[in-house]
Amino acid sequence: MSSSSLLAGLRSPAPALLVAIRIAVFTACLAPALLLANEWFAMRLGANPIEAVTHATGDWALRMLLITLAVTPLRRFTGLHWLIRLRRMLGLFAFFYASLHFAAYVWLDLYFDWGAIALDILERPFITVGFAAFVLMIPLAITSTQGAMRRMGGQRWQALHRSVYGIAILAVVHYWWLVKADIREPLIYALILAALLGVRAWWREQERRRQLAAIPGSPSFKGKVIRIVPK
Amino acid sequence: MRTFLPHIGRSQDNDNEPHGAPMLIRRPADILPSEITPQDVYRHRRRFMRDAGALALAGSALALGAWPRTSMASVRKLEPLLPSEFSTDEGLTEIESVTSYNNFYEFGTGKTDPMTHAHKMQVRPWTVSVEGLAARARTFDIEDLLRIAPLEERIYRLRCVEAWSMVIPWVGFPLSALLKEVEPLGSAKYVEFVTHYDPEIMNRRPIIDWPYTEGLRIDEAMHPLTILSVGLYGQVLPNQNGAPIRLVVPWKYGFKSAKSIVTIRLTENEPATAWNKAAPQEYGFYSNVNPEVRHPRWTQATERRIGELRRRPTLMFNGYGDQVAHLYQGMDLKTFY
Repeated sequence: MSSSSLLAGLRSPAPALLVAIRIAVFTACLAPALLLANEWFAMRLGANPIEAVTHATGDWALRMLLITLAVTPLRRFTGLHWLIRLRRMLGLFAFFYASLHFAAYVWLDLYFDWGAIALDILERPFITVGFAAFVLMIPLAITSTQGAMRRMGGQRWQALHRSVYGIAILAVVHYWWLVKADIREPLIYALILAALLGVRAWWREQERRRQLAAIPGSPSFKGKVIRIVPK
Repeated sequence: MRTFLPHIGRSQDNDNEPHGAPMLIRRPADILPSEITPQDVYRHRRRFMRDAGALALAGSALALGAWPRTSMASVRKLEPLLPSEFSTDEGLTEIESVTSYNNFYEFGTGKTDPMTHAHKMQVRPWTVSVEGLAARARTFDIEDLLRIAPLEERIYRLRCVEAWSMVIPWVGFPLSALLKEVEPLGSAKYVEFVTHYDPEIMNRRPIIDWPYTEGLRIDEAMHPLTILSVGLYGQVLPNQNGAPIRLVVPWKYGFKSAKSIVTIRLTENEPATAWNKAAPQEYGFYSNVNPEVRHPRWTQATERRIGELRRRPTLMFNGYGDQVAHLYQGMDLKTFY
């Protein structure tokens, strides 16, 4: 296959190829959970396996969230529009890992000690924001189906799903506030998130200017003035 | 249940002695490092199989004289050891956990970082300067410190502020024995501990105001529970656990027990402590284990004993209240946290 036909194949992949890509992405997203489960049962998670599971699932929830947010910029920069068709799966994997993270905390760590869990949520700021991020993900997961999108209508659905930006910020803050010292790792996540949100803000601003520029009479109007003056 | 150590080298003869019985003071074992089977290898054959290659490498390095002295020291057995009335009879935390799950931020903030990197630290020669308000302040060589007082085995609970805990058979002697040697002046109200810091081999990022320092009130420092530890599990202290000498204060959160100490200073005023400087609202000078004082990151009401799945309630003063509560009579421990 020549490079141009490869490129063409990537730009609009055949349905079979798209299915293959989806299966590959699904497997890659599930792999960390399977590997973690394997390490858990093989007792290879070190001296504090519960902490290891809690941290690993939290890491992957955050990573999947950022990967999901990277879809739109990636699509615009590469022109590979079919990437959008992976986004729901990626978002649902973010929710999957967040659920595992929450389950690890509620079940493995505190063993359903609801009193202690309630105190944690109320008293410990990093848990407050982490819990908020998780709760806010639930409606997004529930309304992720085509049917829900149709019932809600595109605009309302989109408005609701924009809360993912806030969720991602809460998730990064959750990690940032958890660490005792050495904020390098949360800083990396924060910078990636800032880039992903920043590029959107920039696009918005460009779009605003373009619209402004199309309005005759506005200060930034750049269109040709067509005078219709009777001669 | 107290698990007995498999004995290494020549002395096999005190296995049958009842606990608490006075042990015979034997000549210190002069075993060659090459004769010693590391304890974890002894106990865990599977790991031995995996590590056999590394040991072979170590052996050849030894032959070439290239193996750092610290690594030889890390399997050296400390004998004889006196039992202690302060020891708990709770089940010991596995030595693999005690030596692989460490907070020693000089070597990295990950729990296994110290195990990976602490071997770079040279722990011989080593001196500890005992200075400040003392009539006979002076510098001690580590070999002299080992002879300050008979070495005891102290099996203590260790409660980390991160809400996990261990039971560790420390080897050491009371800090009071050293302090008495230097004759503290009446004006000495506090003891400051300064730890080793070498930017060449340690963390250079200023996540803590290096060197790590800690402090105790003089009565806390003189308390018989407070020890300087030089070993654990009957062996010389591994580097990641704070070799060659560290503080152990079992009724306080683990970070109070400073590792790899180079200076002990008697002062009139309360010394600044590393974590208190880093986050004063989270870590107070006293930092006694206290399930009542809430912490913004971790519940202090419960803890996970390493090796167990369920949390257990955290005890006031980590269960040492009978011995130490009187030190804090009339103090509001929520204010002086």
